Amino acid sequence: MEHLLQQIYDHILNGEAKPTAAAVQQCLDLGFEPGQILSEAMVAAMAEVGRLFEEGEYYVPEMLVAARAMQSGLAVLKPHLVKANYKPVAKVAIGTVKGDLHDIGKNLVGMMLEGASFEILDLGTDVSPEKFIAAVKEQGVNLIALSALLTTTMPYMRTTIDALKAAGVRSQVKVMIGGAPVTENYAREIGADGYSADASKAVSLARSLVEA
Amino acid sequence: MPGYTSLAISNIDNFIYGNCPRPVALKNGLVIGGGTVYPELNFTLPDMLIEKSSMPEVLKQYAQMIEGACQRAVELHAPGLVVEFELLPDLTLTPQWGAEVTAIVRETLDKTQSQHGLKVGLRVTPNDIREFAHPPILRSGGFVDKMFRSFELCAAAGADFLAVESTGGKEIHDDAILNGDLHGSVFALGVLGARDMAWLWRRIVEISSSYSVIPSGDSACGFANTAMVLAEQKFIPRVWAAAIRVMSVPRSLVAFEQGALGPNKDCAYEGPFIKAITGCPISLEGAEAACAHLSPIGNIAKAVPDLWSNESVNNVKLLGAMAPTVSLEQLVYATRLMNVASSHGPASARALRDWVSESDATLDPQAYVLRPDVVLDLSAQIIAEPTPYLRTRRAAQAALACLRQAGANGELTYSNLERRWLDKLSRSADELPENEQEFTATMISLVNKTKVRLEEYGIE
Repeated sequence: MEHLLQQIYDHILNGEAKPTAAAVQQCLDLGFEPGQILSEAMVAAMAEVGRLFEEGEYYVPEMLVAARAMQSGLAVLKPHLVKANYKPVAKVAIGTVKGDLHDIGKNLVGMMLEGASFEILDLGTDVSPEKFIAAVKEQGVNLIALSALLTTTMPYMRTTIDALKAAGVRSQVKVMIGGAPVTENYAREIGADGYSADASKAVSLARSLVEA
Repeated sequence: MPGYTSLAISNIDNFIYGNCPRPVALKNGLVIGGGTVYPELNFTLPDMLIEKSSMPEVLKQYAQMIEGACQRAVELHAPGLVVEFELLPDLTLTPQWGAEVTAIVRETLDKTQSQHGLKVGLRVTPNDIREFAHPPILRSGGFVDKMFRSFELCAAAGADFLAVESTGGKEIHDDAILNGDLHGSVFALGVLGARDMAWLWRRIVEISSSYSVIPSGDSACGFANTAMVLAEQKFIPRVWAAAIRVMSVPRSLVAFEQGALGPNKDCAYEGPFIKAITGCPISLEGAEAACAHLSPIGNIAKAVPDLWSNESVNNVKLLGAMAPTVSLEQLVYATRLMNVASSHGPASARALRDWVSESDATLDPQAYVLRPDVVLDLSAQIIAEPTPYLRTRRAAQAALACLRQAGANGELTYSNLERRWLDKLSRSADELPENEQEFTATMISLVNKTKVRLEEYGIE
């Protein structure tokens, strides 16, 4: 039976979307627990993709192909996960701060978090503090990821965190930040919970924050 | 408008820093591309918000930056000084603010010129704020109006040169970079980007003419430099970033076909190709731009520029001085060496050019495609094609073939993973159809319509 989980794992690693979906369906038909398929095959495969990336054996294009294969499997699996009341690791609202349109880093972080079983609410670019507050109040978000590339937009990270405090929701949510001009010290200074130097380190940071 | 069909510089001996067939002269006698390489300093604000209440501080910061730089240029006997004021988005969104900064920079430059005889030039680069609309609205609406108003007000406030880093096609190209999607990149650069450039630059040239300023050039920064930075982070293959660099040439050339005269933008590493094709002067940046970004082309970028820039540095205190002053000092010394080499005759200048080229070219494919002889070869192939699409297609095929050849010759080494990507990209480039309509029809069926308004490019 375990070879079926291995097939899903291999298909994701090779970026094969349709075979991934078919293998997930086969596992479900055979009575595998949805949570087991997700964690033992799919998340494990994406973790391996992350490792290969860290070690320079994969580039982002290979990761994206793998992520798309994972998505195709998830599309099959999701209704069963809902039925089984399976919870994602955390729900993350991600966006570039007000005035900032540079979203490549943000998109990579979102993709990597999704592959690690986080639920992503992508708020896009040029996101006002009010939208992040609404995400916490109305969407049950428990982690916010802020990105900025300019020295003249990174102050909106502080503005956003201050707005979360003023709205009385800061304690309900962790905040992580990143972007070219951002530093660990800056994160501390503005009251963020964490800083990631690049997209590949964002997953472990996010995990540590939600598990804290 | 010039329709380039042959190279302005075809002899490698004449392809060198500081000299070009079509130099640009300012009224004060500063000639760019006439034999001397000048520093071009760019600076930006430290960590601060730009809003109405902070504008006095914004103006103070810019005044401090330009005063420090001018003083240092005089102290170091710079032969001339070009400053670029690259507007941040907020300074373009409120055009008057950008004009106020322009006026402050102009005033200090003029004062320095009159007091010390230092010949000065000012490039002003409004931000392409059209991408604030999602998907970007490129040809009408408030953002477009404000951007063009910014060009007008900055021209009136004292710019000598107008430039931009336009972003038409970027909304498609970002995903193409990350997916290693060569056809997507060709569509973004050779079809969408080129169409937007033609529309945008017609207007910039008109504005420049109205205000008697020089339309200088555009940069594929949002395309090729994005790829370069992602390659530096090991997110994408270096061969892919190198191919994108060459593929960006036809797009940036459109500005010159519409009447741009140079000096081309500093961050446009496609500049050497532009210089070879048009004969217009270019600015470039390299080792002295490490304050802004990593690059594997810090020395080779110095082979053929007419201005030498630092890209941008924010106004923070370093041990030596404020960072823009430090940057200016570095630029003055770098250009001084280049000019001294030239003063010893063409052979000495060429020796320096070849040394800076050789020092980078074997280490990275992005550097290899900037080797002056390679630039001339690829430029000739690009210009042999009649349209931006076909030129971009040829650029992709020729750049990848050139990198494969360099690997086979032992002039360039790359990893097995890079080699696999080179093969993959080459196959993809070979599949590009000759017929642009056929290609466009295919791409239209594939693009994510939530990310792009094709009608903004004249595509129905």
